[in-house]
Amino acid sequence: MGGVKVLGLNSSFPCVRVLWALKLKGVNYEIVEENLLNKSPLLLQMNPIHKKVPVLIHKDKPIVESLLILEYIDEVWKTTYPLMPEDPYDCSMARFWAKFVDEKVVVTAFEAMKSEGEGKEVAIVAAKETLELLEKQIEGKKFFGGDEIGYLDLVVGWICLWLPAIEQVGGMKLLDSSTFPLLYQWTQCFVHIPAIHECLPPREKAVDYFQTGLNYLRSLDASKK
Amino acid sequence: MEKGNKGVQLVGFWVSPFVHRVKWGMKLKGIEFEYIEEDMFNRSPLLSQINPVTGKVPVLVHDGNPLPESSIILEYLDEVWSHAPLFPIDAYQRAQARFWSKFADQKVLESAWLTVCSKDEIQEKAVKDAIGHLERVEEKLGGRRFFGGDTIGYLDLMMGFIAYMLPVWEEVAAVTILDALKFPNLAAWKSNFVDHPTINGDLPSKDEMLTFFQWQREVHLQRI
Repeated sequence: MGGVKVLGLNSSFPCVRVLWALKLKGVNYEIVEENLLNKSPLLLQMNPIHKKVPVLIHKDKPIVESLLILEYIDEVWKTTYPLMPEDPYDCSMARFWAKFVDEKVVVTAFEAMKSEGEGKEVAIVAAKETLELLEKQIEGKKFFGGDEIGYLDLVVGWICLWLPAIEQVGGMKLLDSSTFPLLYQWTQCFVHIPAIHECLPPREKAVDYFQTGLNYLRSLDASKK
Repeated sequence: MEKGNKGVQLVGFWVSPFVHRVKWGMKLKGIEFEYIEEDMFNRSPLLSQINPVTGKVPVLVHDGNPLPESSIILEYLDEVWSHAPLFPIDAYQRAQARFWSKFADQKVLESAWLTVCSKDEIQEKAVKDAIGHLERVEEKLGGRRFFGGDTIGYLDLMMGFIAYMLPVWEEVAAVTILDALKFPNLAAWKSNFVDHPTINGDLPSKDEMLTFFQWQREVHLQRI
């Protein structure tokens, strides 16, 4: 099927989603570690529009954006470990919730991390509302994919390690086990799956990643004032 | 929900480009459906029932199962009704189509819409951004008749607003974004798109769009 390279870094959860998918499918790959403060010519060539990671390079062609990469991986290596649900409606709803996770759950969690003062409380409430909707989606199921993990589990997977890191950097709690018992239970099952566990970075790396990002954003804000 | 032959309904709003693309997708595939108009400024209980998460249109209801989000609906149509495919077959081409459809909405449409909702420096920047994004699209299209090649497809439907709605927004905002001389590929594609038998004759009225978006511009400028 041709060599597979992933441009990325394992402290970044969109990159780890891709590694999870490749591992579950038993696809050999090479990681090319990127320094986001000094992006390589290869990254700029392979993703000239957004200049972001992850980038999957397969047969010398780049595929960008983690959600698109997951679908590509599922379509190319379709005989091993299907990620997308088989039923077209379930497949579409998985795409819908994946979009919701990236556009709402992730974004509101970051907002809560960055906010200060009164705005922080409002941001925390908004973030928790998105988690409530995810909590309802996991009701009655072991995983979002059913009995085994699938596409949507990989998309939500960042909450098992990166959300606690965001909480630590932001000095707040979003996902507590009493308010979101089902989501919490899901994280415990998800994180113990070998293919998942093997790709997790040390938590300090994730904390460092977000703290560096937050410091940078705050320095930008300070320079505007 | 009971599975059965409850048919296909599309809940939409007359001026929404997200709704238009789904309508045209269904017509291209010859899917029979019932259209239900929703007044987005006076929403019915139906919409909050079938799309409680975002409350937006379009929503496709197939056999009683509701599905929101235009790009997701179009993929679903292709998976359930496999004739007259909208998507390419090759996995890489499909990834490309999905990438550019996100670019269409998150970059082109967002910046173009902002020119309608803003003025002065914010509007100037939005115009520059929109032009920059269109330059990428122009390059992507190249000299092809459609984004899909010889036949209209998913990416044409996702980019379609450029052909018929962007000119209205430009007029309302008194800006120029898609200059035909600077964007010859897109200018040719615009004609190919609006002249396509499925699209032609099923476009919203230009006068009605102008009136609607002029009102929208006033509303947004008052909020600034």
